Amino acid sequence: MAETRFLPSESLDTFVKALRRDGRRVLAPTARDGRAELNPVEAAAEIDLEGLQTALSAKETVFPKVERILEYSLSGGGVDLRDVAPKAEPTVLLGVRPCDAAGFGALDAVFNWDTRDRFFNARREALAIVAVACTRADDACFCTSVGGGPGSTAGSDILLTPVQGGFLAELVTEKGAALAALCPDAFRPDPGLEKKVADLPMAFDHAALTASLQGRFEDPLWERQSLRCLGCGACAFVCPSCVCFDLVEEADAREGRRLRTWDTCGTALFTLHASGHNPRESQAQRWRQRVYHKFSYYPERYGRLGCVGCGKCTRACPVDMDLQEHLLEAAQA
Amino acid sequence: MDLITKSRELLETGAVKAVIGFEAGRRGTVRPAFVREAAKASTLVFDERCTQNLAAYLTRREVKRMGRVAVAAAPDTLRALLQLMAERQVKEEEVLPLAVAADGTVTELPCAADVEAHLALQAKELKAADRELLAKLDAMSREERWAYWQKELSRCVKCYACRNACPMCYCAHCTMDCNRPQWVPVASHALGNLEYHMVRAMHLAGRCVECGDCGRACPVGIPVHLLAFHCQESVHAQFGQRAGTSAKLDYALSTFRPDDKETFIR
Repeated sequence: MAETRFLPSESLDTFVKALRRDGRRVLAPTARDGRAELNPVEAAAEIDLEGLQTALSAKETVFPKVERILEYSLSGGGVDLRDVAPKAEPTVLLGVRPCDAAGFGALDAVFNWDTRDRFFNARREALAIVAVACTRADDACFCTSVGGGPGSTAGSDILLTPVQGGFLAELVTEKGAALAALCPDAFRPDPGLEKKVADLPMAFDHAALTASLQGRFEDPLWERQSLRCLGCGACAFVCPSCVCFDLVEEADAREGRRLRTWDTCGTALFTLHASGHNPRESQAQRWRQRVYHKFSYYPERYGRLGCVGCGKCTRACPVDMDLQEHLLEAAQA
Repeated sequence: MDLITKSRELLETGAVKAVIGFEAGRRGTVRPAFVREAAKASTLVFDERCTQNLAAYLTRREVKRMGRVAVAAAPDTLRALLQLMAERQVKEEEVLPLAVAADGTVTELPCAADVEAHLALQAKELKAADRELLAKLDAMSREERWAYWQKELSRCVKCYACRNACPMCYCAHCTMDCNRPQWVPVASHALGNLEYHMVRAMHLAGRCVECGDCGRACPVGIPVHLLAFHCQESVHAQFGQRAGTSAKLDYALSTFRPDDKETFIR
């Protein structure tokens, strides 16, 4: 569909307020205390569209860092097991980047692979995404190398592209059109302005990379690249498409709950068996797993990559594990 | 002699198997580098950007397996090295510290006594931003401080970058990873985050060399290093000890002395 309208700068606030009046939480990038993060906002003035990226991704809106999935209590020799209803508040993500929006596709591939995950889906259905196209990129960005782009509409319900005096608003989905319909006066007819987004040349060909990974499992490359890796989970936890989780019980003798929490293949504990054996005993094997999962196993299993090229992992890494550089090295082998 | 020449020489003569230093990244960044061939020594850089505490690598299995290594060391790395020696995690003969002066000149510090003497001449100064925030925290009421940390720690995602970047967090089996029994909640909810950071700060009290690498590593910008700094300063005030000053330092919080001025323990 992608009907295009014009949203004047001053109407962004009208839009935010219309969304709030409609009972939706609006999450947008803010720059409070010098930190780029997503926060609930009440007015457009609180939103920071100058920052390139938030440190964390938007995945928390559908895949929280911790979520209660069931509860139980014990009494009189019996167990009372209770399902927990997903907390799915109507939410609009406003001002995230197209890469963050694309990340939801990778999450969707996993959470609806065979079983439909009711927690993910309840939150996903309650979520609408109004992304803002990038007019600049930095050295960590590589969305164009993984099938995305600074002006890509994939994953967005509305894509706003900054233009003189406001934004070009592409109403990508029905959901997006419904949002725009909440304040019809704010969205004007398209005056025919040209869409100009950041110029980000492709750094590598992802199909060639995926092909190159075949047969490189035992390559000394992984050890060389990962020697400095600290084995933390910063890269996975800031990633819009990393989806690994742990299931943990918090219980005492009378009651308990089961929680789903973020986890990461970066740590040794991730694959440690109860026997004490660890099939991924070195950091090199864990780093290789991260690359293969995103660029080989994902395409094989889901027909798409597990990376959107946002560069958050590279920016977050305390030891500059520069993903694009490492992928280039693997692709050019 | 400069770092590159010295490193080349050490690798050529076989005096060390690797030089741990820094190399330039692609984005104006610097990052840890493990130079194992003399021909690659020219990639080494050492400038004001090289703040990461490389001592974090010295206890790692992959690095221990290399054999004797040289490390291009800023003062904080040397402090951490001394503390690791005091805790018997690194032996004198396993590491050759190379202190790099502002003019690029390299001094070998082959034994712990040399490191101690070198550090005795270096004043330890906290960064201005850290001093300011510490002063601000000190000026807060207990309730305000509690609220400050509750808010900050609510942002923690439990990625453990702070722990893994820390040279003093070398346990092969960390309490946080122990699940039989599970001592600390895994989840990054309010209780789990608070317990993790409290446990970490307490474990570092008297052992922290105040490099600040834990805070630098945090992807969401929580100043976690200040928790460790504060505990460290308390130990200093109570016991007069400062971690990273001597390779033969007894750990203040686990050392019993018959002449202890406190009577409760006798």
